[in-house]
Amino acid sequence: MRYEAPDSLEGAVALLAGARGEARVLAGGTDLLVQMRADVLDPELIVDIKKIKETRAVTEEKGGWRIGAAVTGAELKEHARLKKVWPGVVEAANLIGSTQVQGRATLGGNLCNGSPAADSVPALIAAGAVATLIGPKGKRDLPVEDVMLGPRKLALGKGEIVASFLLPPRAARSSDAYLRFIPRTEMDIAVVGAGVSLTVDGAGLITAARVSLGAVAARVLLVAEAAQAIVGSRLDAPAQERLEAAARAACRPIDDKRGTVEFRIQVAGVLARRAALIALDRARSNN
Amino acid sequence: MADNKIGAEANGHTNGHPQGFVGTRQIRPDGVDKVTGRARFGADFNLPGQLIGRVLRSPHPHARIVSIDTSKAEALPGVKAVITREDFGDQPSEFIPAGEMMMNYKDVVRNVMAREKVLYEGHAVAAVAATTTAIARRALKLIDVKYEVLPHVIDVVLAMRPDAPLLHDDLFTVGVEPKPEKPSNIAKRVEIKVGDVEAGFKKADLIVEREFKTAPVHQGYIEPHAALATVSEDGATELWTTTQGHFIVRAHCARLLGLDIGKVRVTATEIGGGFGGKTVVYLEPLAIALSRKAKRPVKMVMSREEVFKASGPTSGATVRVKLGATKDGKFVAAFAELKYQAGAFQGSPVQPGTMCAYAPYDIEHVHVIGYDVVSNRPKVAAYRAPGAPISEYAVESVVDEIAKKLRLDPIELRMMNAAHEGTKAAYGPKFGPIGLEETLNSIKKTEHWNTPLRKWQGRGVASGFWFNIGGETSVSLTVNEDGTISLMAGTPDIGGLRAALSSVAADELGVPYDKVRPIIGDTGSVSFNFLTGGSRSAFSGSMAIVEAAKQIKNELIARACKLWEAKPDQVEFKDGAVRPLGALAEKVKPMTIAEFAKISGKLGGPIGGVGRINAQGAGPSFGTHLVDLEVDPETGRTTILRYTVAQDAGRALHPAYVEGQFQGGAVQGIGWALNEEYIYGEDGKLQNAGFLDYRMPVASDVPMIDAILVEVGNPKHPYGVRGVGETPIVPPLGAIANAMENATGIRFTELAMSPPKVLKALKEQGRNKA
Amino acid sequence: MAKHHIEATVNGDAVEFLCETEDTLLDVLRDTLNLTGSKEGCASGDCGACSVMLDGRLVCSCLVLGCEVAGRKVETIEGMAKGESLHPLQQQFLKSAALQCGICTPGVLVASKALLERSPDPTETEVRYWLAGNLCRCTGYDKIVSAVMEAAATMRKG
Repeated sequence: MRYEAPDSLEGAVALLAGARGEARVLAGGTDLLVQMRADVLDPELIVDIKKIKETRAVTEEKGGWRIGAAVTGAELKEHARLKKVWPGVVEAANLIGSTQVQGRATLGGNLCNGSPAADSVPALIAAGAVATLIGPKGKRDLPVEDVMLGPRKLALGKGEIVASFLLPPRAARSSDAYLRFIPRTEMDIAVVGAGVSLTVDGAGLITAARVSLGAVAARVLLVAEAAQAIVGSRLDAPAQERLEAAARAACRPIDDKRGTVEFRIQVAGVLARRAALIALDRARSNN
Repeated sequence: MADNKIGAEANGHTNGHPQGFVGTRQIRPDGVDKVTGRARFGADFNLPGQLIGRVLRSPHPHARIVSIDTSKAEALPGVKAVITREDFGDQPSEFIPAGEMMMNYKDVVRNVMAREKVLYEGHAVAAVAATTTAIARRALKLIDVKYEVLPHVIDVVLAMRPDAPLLHDDLFTVGVEPKPEKPSNIAKRVEIKVGDVEAGFKKADLIVEREFKTAPVHQGYIEPHAALATVSEDGATELWTTTQGHFIVRAHCARLLGLDIGKVRVTATEIGGGFGGKTVVYLEPLAIALSRKAKRPVKMVMSREEVFKASGPTSGATVRVKLGATKDGKFVAAFAELKYQAGAFQGSPVQPGTMCAYAPYDIEHVHVIGYDVVSNRPKVAAYRAPGAPISEYAVESVVDEIAKKLRLDPIELRMMNAAHEGTKAAYGPKFGPIGLEETLNSIKKTEHWNTPLRKWQGRGVASGFWFNIGGETSVSLTVNEDGTISLMAGTPDIGGLRAALSSVAADELGVPYDKVRPIIGDTGSVSFNFLTGGSRSAFSGSMAIVEAAKQIKNELIARACKLWEAKPDQVEFKDGAVRPLGALAEKVKPMTIAEFAKISGKLGGPIGGVGRINAQGAGPSFGTHLVDLEVDPETGRTTILRYTVAQDAGRALHPAYVEGQFQGGAVQGIGWALNEEYIYGEDGKLQNAGFLDYRMPVASDVPMIDAILVEVGNPKHPYGVRGVGETPIVPPLGAIANAMENATGIRFTELAMSPPKVLKALKEQGRNKA
Repeated sequence: MAKHHIEATVNGDAVEFLCETEDTLLDVLRDTLNLTGSKEGCASGDCGACSVMLDGRLVCSCLVLGCEVAGRKVETIEGMAKGESLHPLQQQFLKSAALQCGICTPGVLVASKALLERSPDPTETEVRYWLAGNLCRCTGYDKIVSAVMEAAATMRKG
C-alpha cells in the first residue's frame, strides 16, 4: 500500500488519476482507517491531501466563505466569525463522532464517505454550499446536494477530488441550524438529520429557506417542498405543521439497526420543525 | 455507618491500630501505574521472538464442518503454526463451576475450537501463528473450510419448539419427568417451590400477570481479551492473560491440552474490565496450542468485533411473572417462568435468575420455573449478578404495577413485604441480618425522593438482591527484613481490591498503610484461588488476610515469649508490636514487627503467614435504586435526570471503591434498560458488533450517581463485609422501567426501551406530543 | 513496498521509526516505540482509549496513520507526569478514586488535560460532552467528572 502526501492539488489529481488499483483520499481518516481495519477497503494507494494549502484554508471569498475540504470540525469550531455566520454548518461538523474525531474529521471526508447519514452534509446543503472539484479535466463546481448520489456513490470522476466548499454570501437576518436524532447524547450515527437555513425580513416573515434531510433516503435530500411550506410565514403553528408534513413526505428511509422506517419518518418532521425554529431564532437576532 | 457492634468486635477481634485504615479512602497502591500508563494490561505484554496469533471464525450461525484444508496457510512464508480441532483431544462430559455458573468441558473444548459443527457466527474454526499480524491475517484467508450450512434459530421461544433446528443431538432436557426420548434445545428445567401458589392466588385480591422480554447484552469491558503463551520443549507452559481467574484458566488449559496443572504457570495481567466475561477461556488454549506447535511465544488479542461476536454476552430471555397481593399490599403468591438463552452451549444463568427473582420479599407461596435453552448465538458468559437483573426486572415491574393499582407508595409496598433477618428465602437459606429495609428507608429520606417532577418526567424505584459467594482463597503475608509487609493475593484486582486488602493487612498488623505492598501472585506463587467473581474478592481476601495475620501475630508472640522468657498470658499483640503486660512491662520494652524482622534469623527464620480458606458466610447485599428520567414525547428519547443508589455493603473496606461499584453497576443498568442490545438479522448474524452501534452509556448520557452506603454488618465476617460488586446492576432495569411508566403511563415489557419502541407506543396512544 | 522512515517528536523526545502504510499511530506507539500506555479498545475511534495529542489537538491515535506524523509532535499519557511529579489531574484521579480497572484512564486523562488547557473552568455538562468519546464501563463516569472539576479548581489556584 502506497502513501503519498502531495503539496498541490494538481499533484493529488495526477496521483489519483494515474493509480492502477484502488486509490483513496486521506483527509481526517476517521472513515478510511476504520474501513481499512475492517477489511472493507484495501486500497493500493492513499493520497493524503492535508499538505495542500487550498484544502486547509478558511477564507472569505466574494462575500461568502471558502472552506478547504480538509479543515477539521475542531478548527471550524474555533473560527469565531464563521461560527457566527454559519452556526448550523459549524455545529453539524462538531457533532461528528467525539471530541477526538472532531479533531480530525473534515467536511470533505464527511461528504465523500458517501453516507446519507453524514452529519455535516444536510447543513451544507441547507446552506447552499457549492463544492469545488478538481480533476484531470480541470476545475468544476457542483452543488453539494449533487455530489453524493447514493450510499458510497459520488458524482466524482476518476482522479477528481473535492478541494473546497464555497458558502454563499449571507443576507442580513439569516441563520442556520442543524439537528440530528441519536439515541444517546453523543457518538451515534444520525438516525435522522435536519439542516435548515433561512432568512427573515424586518417584519419577521421568512423570505428564503432551504431544508435538507439526512439519513432518511439513499442520499441527503434537499426538500424544496419543506422550504416552500415556510417561506412567507412566520413559522407559526400551521406553517410548522406544513413543514413537518412536507419533510415526512420526502422521506424514503430504510429499516436498519439504528431506526425503523416509521420512526425516521416521524422524527424527520419533528427535527425539521425544531431546526427551523432554532434557525429562525438565530436569524432574528442576527442583524 | 450503622451502629452495629458486630463483625470484628463481636468476634473478639480487635484491629489493633488506633487509626484504622479500613473504612478510609486511601490511595490505591496500584494507582500511580494506572494513571501514568505504566500498568501492564493483557495486550501490553511481549516476549522476544513472539508470533502473532489470529483466529478464523465461522461466517455461519449454524453449519456442519465438512472439511478444513490448512495447507495453503501453512505454506505461507512467516506462518509458523496452524491449529484446528485436530489439535485438541475431545473431552468427556463433566460439569465444573465457572464463576457462578456451571460449564461442561465437553462444551468448553468445542467453544474454544469448533469440532463437528459451528454453532454461531464467530465460532472459532482454526487459528494461525505468524511472524506479523499482516501475515497472520493473510494466512486466515488461505484456510479453506467447507461448510454444510444448516438452518439456525436465535430466538429463545422458537428454539424451544419441538421442530426447531437442533443444535446438539445429544442434549436431552434435564429436570423434566418423564425423561425425554428426543433431544431438544432445552438443556435444563430448574424449579424452586415453596408452599402452594394456586392456593395462594385464591387469597389474592389483586393478581398481576405480565410477560417480559430482554435481549442479550454484553459486559462491555473496554479491554479486549488478550493472551501471551510460551511453551517449552518439556511442556512447561507460561501464560499471561487478562482474566478474572488465572487458576481457573490454568485448570481449563491444563485439561484441554493434556498438561499437568503444575506445569502451567499463569500470570493474571492487569485487567481492563471483566464483569464476569473474563471468567472463561477463549484465546488461552489457542495461544498455548500454537506456541507448543511453533516452539515460539504466541501473542493473541481479540479485535472489538471478535469480542462481540465470539465472547459471551449474557442471556436474552422471556420471563412471565404472576404476583398476587391482598388489597392492603401483602404479597401472597408469586409465580414466574423464565426462559433464558444460553447461546450455543448449555449454561445460561437461569438458576440464579430463578433464585433471585423473589428473594427481596417474604412471600409464603413461591413457584419459579426456569429453562436453559441453547440457540445459535455465542455461548453466554457471566455478567454481573448473572441472571438476576433479568428476573428481578420483571418482578420489580410487576411490584410497581401492584403499587399503582392498589394506590400504595412503592417504597411502602416493598417495606411491607421486605425480607428481613429470619426470613427464609424461597430458594432455601434463612437470612441473617440484612439491609433491604435500611436501603428502602435511605431512599425514602433523600431529597431526590421528595423533589417534585414535571410533565413527561417520571420517577421509578426498585430493589435488588444478589447472594454473593465466598470460596477458596489463599493469601500470603510476608514480613520483610525492614518490617514492611508484602501481601500476595491470588484473585485478580478488577477495581480497587489491592487498596481494600492493604487496609485490612495494615490494620491487622498495626502498620502504616503505605508499608504494605500488595501484588496479585501468579499460579506458581500462591495457593489456589477461585476467581474474582461472585463479589467475593474483598470478602474472602480480607478473611484470608485475618488468618494470615493471626499466624504472624502468634509467631511473634511465641518469639517474644522465648526472648523474654515469658508466658503467653504475659504478652499481647497490639498496635503493631508485641507488648509486655503487667509486671513484665517493667522488665522489657515492646518490640515492633520491624524489630522482630531485623533479627528474624536469630529467632527462628523468616516471618510470614498464609491464609488458605474456603470462605463461608457470604452475606447477601440488597440495594434499592431511585431514578428520575424525562421522555421527549416527540422522539421517544429518554434522558436520565437523577439517580440514587442505596446498597448494603456490610462494612465498606474502602468506601470510594464501594461507591464506585454502585455507580458503575447503575450505569451498566442504564445502558441495558435504554439502548444496549444485540441486534441480529434474519440471517443469524450480528449487526452491531462494535461500540458505534452497541450503544453503551457515554459520559454525557448520565448524571452524577449518588451513592448511599448502608452498612448492616455481616456477622459471619470478621469485619462485617458483604460483597458489593454485583447487586448494583440488579435494580436499574426495574427502576428505569418503572420511571418510564411513571413518565409515560405506558408499561414497557421489552428491553431495551429504545426511542423507536417508546415513540411507537406513544404514537399508538396519540400522545407523541409535547 | 519499503517501509516509511518517519521522524517525529513524542513526549518531547525525537524519535524515528519504520512503519507500513497501514500501521496506525496507535500501532506504532504500542508495538514499535513500546509506549503501551495508549490502549486499543476498538480500533475504530469509538472508545477513546487510544487518545493522544497530535500537534496540540486531541485525536484517537487509531485514526491516524503512523506515516502521517512525520515532523509532527505527539503527546501520550507517558508524557503527562513531569519527572516525579504527577500532573494535578493524575493526582486528583487517585485521590477521587476516579478509576477502577484503569484501562480507560490514560485516554481519559489525555482528553481531560486537553479540555482544561482550553477551558480552565468547565461546567459539569462541558466536561461530560468533551469526554463523551472516552468510554468507561467501570465507574459510571461520576468520579471521573468530579475529579476533572476538582483538578480544574486546583489548577486555577495555580
